Amino acid sequence: MSTQGNLERVLRSGGFVVTAECGPPRGVAPDMIRKKGEMLKGYVDAVNVTDNQTAVVRMSSLASSVILKDMGIDPVMQMVCRDRNRIAIQSDVLGAAALGIKNILCLSGDHQRFGDHKGAKNVFDIDSVQLIQCIKGMRDDGRFLSGEEVKPGPSIFIGCVENPCIEPLEIRAMRLAKKTSAGAQFCQTQCVFNLGSFERWMEMVRQLHLHEKVSIIAGVTPLRSVGMANYMKKNVPGMDVPDELIDRLKGVPKEKTSEEGIRICVETIERLMGIEGVRGIHIMAIGWEDVVPEIVKSAGLYPRP
Amino acid sequence: MIVADRKPFDEIIKMLAPYSNILVLGCNECVTVCAVGGAKEVAILASQIRMRRMTDGVKTKVDEKTLERQCDTEYLEELKDVIGSYDAVLSLACGCGVQFLGERYIDTPVLPGVNTTFMGVTEKQGFWTERCQGCGNCVLDRTMGICPVTRCAKSIFNGPCGGSWGGKCEIDKDLPCAWHLIIERYKERGRMDAFMEIIPPKDWSTARDGGPRKRHREDMEI
Amino acid sequence: MRISYPTSIKIIKVPCTGRVDIIHILKAFEAGADGVYLVGCLEGDCHYLNGNIRAGKRVKYIKKLLEETGIGSDRVSMYNVSSAEGMKFAEIAREFTEKIKALGPNPLKLIRV
Repeated sequence: MSTQGNLERVLRSGGFVVTAECGPPRGVAPDMIRKKGEMLKGYVDAVNVTDNQTAVVRMSSLASSVILKDMGIDPVMQMVCRDRNRIAIQSDVLGAAALGIKNILCLSGDHQRFGDHKGAKNVFDIDSVQLIQCIKGMRDDGRFLSGEEVKPGPSIFIGCVENPCIEPLEIRAMRLAKKTSAGAQFCQTQCVFNLGSFERWMEMVRQLHLHEKVSIIAGVTPLRSVGMANYMKKNVPGMDVPDELIDRLKGVPKEKTSEEGIRICVETIERLMGIEGVRGIHIMAIGWEDVVPEIVKSAGLYPRP
Repeated sequence: MIVADRKPFDEIIKMLAPYSNILVLGCNECVTVCAVGGAKEVAILASQIRMRRMTDGVKTKVDEKTLERQCDTEYLEELKDVIGSYDAVLSLACGCGVQFLGERYIDTPVLPGVNTTFMGVTEKQGFWTERCQGCGNCVLDRTMGICPVTRCAKSIFNGPCGGSWGGKCEIDKDLPCAWHLIIERYKERGRMDAFMEIIPPKDWSTARDGGPRKRHREDMEI
Repeated sequence: MRISYPTSIKIIKVPCTGRVDIIHILKAFEAGADGVYLVGCLEGDCHYLNGNIRAGKRVKYIKKLLEETGIGSDRVSMYNVSSAEGMKFAEIAREFTEKIKALGPNPLKLIRV
């Protein structure tokens, strides 16, 4: 088995990566994942699979990642700390690696209060920084967290998440430093709407020389409607949607809003491509995966290497 | 201290349904401080139960008593001559007291009148908040006196998480983000170097995760 | 002032409505009172600073207790008047009496156990 997935290969070759996201179904329907995979295949270098996002039960990210992998896509398996203790986490890391998953994205996870099982037990045995360290230890030292040997160890490309647009920015940059020293090799950011904040964050990141150690992949989301933009602004924690963007969407006829949303997204990508230290973009088109090919093409990022 | 909430009245009435000779028993310590199970609250609840039973047409005797504590045998002994005259005791003590009382007087059903919730402090009159989870391995020296296990909704040791917004926790905009508070302290005391240290995974075996705990002081035994 | 008000009202004088505790009101209903109301000083005029405010908060709480007990939250009220407002005092007495008459007797009196 090759040790490198496609994502790692493109990054190491110096290329600008494109990744997208796929949310597994709320039932046993592998074809739903395959359909999304078909839409994205060839337009992106890797596809993230979310892990019970917003604490809503969905098909496991491990199973869904394997389905994508079997289609020839390089999955980024997301792993949250909310639902599993270190025993289950390390077990799933071994399982994922055994089934050919090359990339794991480590996150804390949304609190279960947001989800459909609010009475569930809150695990959080380890946090996302400790999770990164854990996988690195399994891979590089061949050791579990307990210190016992892992035979053989998994070969995983480790990712983390950061929010580059939420104050205080210097704490966000320092937290990225912490995750990098823990072993993070790539970082996918929360979606960027406020380029001013993002550029300031990147300035801090560069001052800490983090961009040389971890590949920063900036997140983008096409805004489908004014309602969606307002919702994200008011209801999603950590989202900074500038009023100018909402005004732009309001300024076009209703049937043209999604077109304008795509245009804003492409413009954002073009600006991000020009920022030193940005090694790629991560397109989170929630429930709108079919728009990804158009975005990738309009941004001049097609075909993929 | 331990904080509790009184159970919904209808739930209490339902629990008491099989009984007509009831003792409502309070505790003079934590539940008095959080105004849920002291002598005052015993009197109020007893009056309510009597009135409800009257309107339901069920002849009931409801007595009232408050012990200094229900978690020490010396105070439980005070009941030994009277407890036999009751069908049931509705204890307003915390879960510890309810259980201990039941262990001492095995023939009398002891029912919980409150839902024991957390170990906390009185921030101001009428407002109590959680501070300690009894994890068995205190890290307050590392986190500037703010507990990440209790005050962070995700018990994160290397925070804040991505949901920390304007210094508040993602689950409740009135709840301060514990890591925001910890970092402010680090800054005030010039200890941002401590923030950059990665705190390793916690050993939860000293917490409830390791099983029910006990503490034994042989030097104190008589 | 010698203004008349309903004879069905039994007055219990206290130095301040803040002195009235929750159990006092519950005991009144337990003894068969059909309604209980507190008359305290105007807000800001309390001789003991905020006794009347505390009483107001307690009355709000008692309403909840009475509702869950099955007696009914309408049977207790808090009014604020100045001691110089004799007419208002009598008016409150009449108004509250009418309200309780409309609600009927204390449910405890209807059942004989």
